[in-house]
Amino acid sequence: MSLWQIVFKSLRQHALSTAVTSISIALAGGLLMAVWVVKDQAQATFTQVDGGFDAVLGARSSKLQLVLNAVFHLEASPANIAWNDVLDIQKHPGVELAVPIAMGDNYRGYRIVGTTLEMFTKSEYAPGKRLKPVAPGRLFDASLREAAVGSFAARKLGLTYGSKFHPYHGLNFNEDEQHEDEYVVVGILEPSNTPADKVIWIPIAGVQNMTGHAAETATDVSAVLVKLRSVMAGPSLEQLYNKRGNRLTFAWPMGATMAELFNKISWFDRILALVAVLVAVVAAGSVLASIYNSMNERRRQIAILRALGARRGTIAWTVILEAVAIAAIGSFISYVLYGVILVTAGAVIRAQTGVVLDPFAWHPVLVLAPLGLIALSALAGIVPGWKAYRTDVAANLSPTD
Amino acid sequence: MPLLEITGLKKSFVSPDGAKHTVIDVPEFALSEREQVALSGESGLGKTTFLHLIAGILKPDAGSIRLAGQDVSSLGESARDRLRATTLGYIFQTFNLLPAFTCLENVLLGMSFGPGADRVFAEALLKRVGLGDRLKHYPRQLSTGQQQRVAVARALANRPKLVLADEPTGNLDHANSRAALKLIREACAENGAALLLVSHDREVLGQFETVLDLAAINRATKPVEATI
Repeated sequence: MSLWQIVFKSLRQHALSTAVTSISIALAGGLLMAVWVVKDQAQATFTQVDGGFDAVLGARSSKLQLVLNAVFHLEASPANIAWNDVLDIQKHPGVELAVPIAMGDNYRGYRIVGTTLEMFTKSEYAPGKRLKPVAPGRLFDASLREAAVGSFAARKLGLTYGSKFHPYHGLNFNEDEQHEDEYVVVGILEPSNTPADKVIWIPIAGVQNMTGHAAETATDVSAVLVKLRSVMAGPSLEQLYNKRGNRLTFAWPMGATMAELFNKISWFDRILALVAVLVAVVAAGSVLASIYNSMNERRRQIAILRALGARRGTIAWTVILEAVAIAAIGSFISYVLYGVILVTAGAVIRAQTGVVLDPFAWHPVLVLAPLGLIALSALAGIVPGWKAYRTDVAANLSPTD
Repeated sequence: MPLLEITGLKKSFVSPDGAKHTVIDVPEFALSEREQVALSGESGLGKTTFLHLIAGILKPDAGSIRLAGQDVSSLGESARDRLRATTLGYIFQTFNLLPAFTCLENVLLGMSFGPGADRVFAEALLKRVGLGDRLKHYPRQLSTGQQQRVAVARALANRPKLVLADEPTGNLDHANSRAALKLIREACAENGAALLLVSHDREVLGQFETVLDLAAINRATKPVEATI
C-alpha cells in the first residue's frame, strides 16, 4: 500500500473539506490563468490587429482615438477630413494604398462603414487573406445601395443574403433616427477574426449621400487607412502631417499606438494580478486550515499508523501529499473554470471589438499557475505535517492504564 | 538467548501537579522465542506502559530492553519504528482498525511499513482467522469479534517474532473472548511468534501455562490512572 493510497483514503474520509478546498484552489487557479491569458492575449492581439494597414490619417486628434475609431470601430470620429486630403495621401510616393472610410450610421448598434472596393480587392488583413464574401454573395456595387456584412454582425443581426435594412443615424442605435434609404445585403463576409467582422460595409458614397446627412460634407470622409510602400515612409509622413501641419493627424505606427493604450491601463492589470495572487494565497491558506483543523481527529489514526511501524517522516509526508493532492485536484478543475472564464471574456471582447481570443492558445501561466498552487499548498501542508510529525503515539493510543 | 530481555527498566511520568510518579520499575524480565506468557494486573499498574516500552513507543528513563538482539532503549526514533514494523505485532483492546480501510487494506497497511505488502499472505491470514469472505468489508460492517480477528491478522502480517496483546478480549463477550484468545494463541504458534499478553481477566489468564503478576515483577508500587 503506497503513500498515495493512504492519502487517497484520507481525502475520501474528509470528502467535504477536500471538495471545498479543492474548489477554492480551482477558483484561484482559474482566475490566475484567465487574468494572465486575457491580459497577454488581448495586448498581443490589439497591438497586432491593423487590418492590413500601417497608419491612419484623420482629423487633428490623438493617434489612439484615430486608431480605435478607424481600425477597431470603437470611439467616435474626431472630425471629418476633406476628399482632397484623401487624394493627396493617395498620390504620396511613400504610400502603396490609401483607402477612405466614412462613418456616422449604424444598424441596430452595429457600425455602418462606407468605403471603396479597394478595401476588399487590394488590402490584405493578414498575409494572403482578404475580406471576401461567402458564396453566393458578392461585394457591393459602389453605385448602388448594397451592403457586405461582417460575419459576426450578420449573425447577431440575423442578416442574410438578400436581407434589406434601413440604416439609423449616429454611431449608437436610436430607433427614432432611421434613415429612409434602404440597403440590400449582397454578401456576408467570411470570418476574419478582426474588427471588420462586426461592421456593415457599404459604398462610401452611401454614407456621404445618406438622406439627412449635410450636403456640404458630402465629399468628406472620417479617416484614411494607409498602407506604406516601406517603413521608411512613416517618419516623413509623420513629419509632414504631425509636425509641419496642424490640421490632420497621422497615426503611425499603429502597434505602438495601441501599446500606449495598454501602458496607460497597466495599473489595472497589476491590480487584477494582485487580486489573483491574493486569491491563490487565501486558497493555500484554506488548505492549511482545513487539514490543520482535522488534525485532532487524525491523532488516533496517526498513532495507530506509528504503532504499526510508520515513521514520523512518513506520517508528515502523507499530510503534505494530501495538501498536494487537494491542490492537484483543484488545479485540474481550474482548467474547466479557466475555459469558462475565457470563453465568456472572449465573447464579450469579440462583441465589443471583433477581436477573437483563443482559449486553447499556449501560455506558460497554464502550467506555472497550477504548479505554483501545488507548491504553495505543499508549503501550507508543512504546518499540519509538522504537527503530525510531533504526534505523541502513546498518548493517542487508547485506552491506557 | 531470550527473545526479549529486560533489565533495570524504569519509567516515570510527571502528573499535572508536578509530582513524579514511577510507573515501571522492572529489575528483570525475559521471554523466549515462541513462548506464550500472560501478565496479570489490575488497572493502573502500568500494563500498557510496559508494553509501550517494549514496543519502543515510549522511551525508558533507565534500563535496557533487548529484543531480537537489539537494544530497543538505545535505538533512535526511526530505528524503533523500523523494529516495530519488522519484529513486533501489536493487538489492542480497542482493535485500532482504521475505519477508512477494508479488512484486507488494514492488514496490507501494516505490511507496507515493514517488508512490503504481500497480498497473498494477507488474504491467507484473513482466511485463517475466518474472514476470507470479508476481505472488502470495512470495520464498521463487521461485528466486534470479527474486528478483533482482523486485528489479530494485522498483528501477524509482518511475521513478527513477538506479539504484544493488550487486553485483547476486553471488549468481547464471553464466547467471543474464548474464541479470540484461542485464535491468538494458535495463530502466534503457527507463525512462530512469541506472545506477551496482558489482562486482568481471570478466565483469560487461566488459559496460559505461564502467568506472571505484574505487581510482582514491577517494583513501582503506586498505581496511576493513565500513562501520562
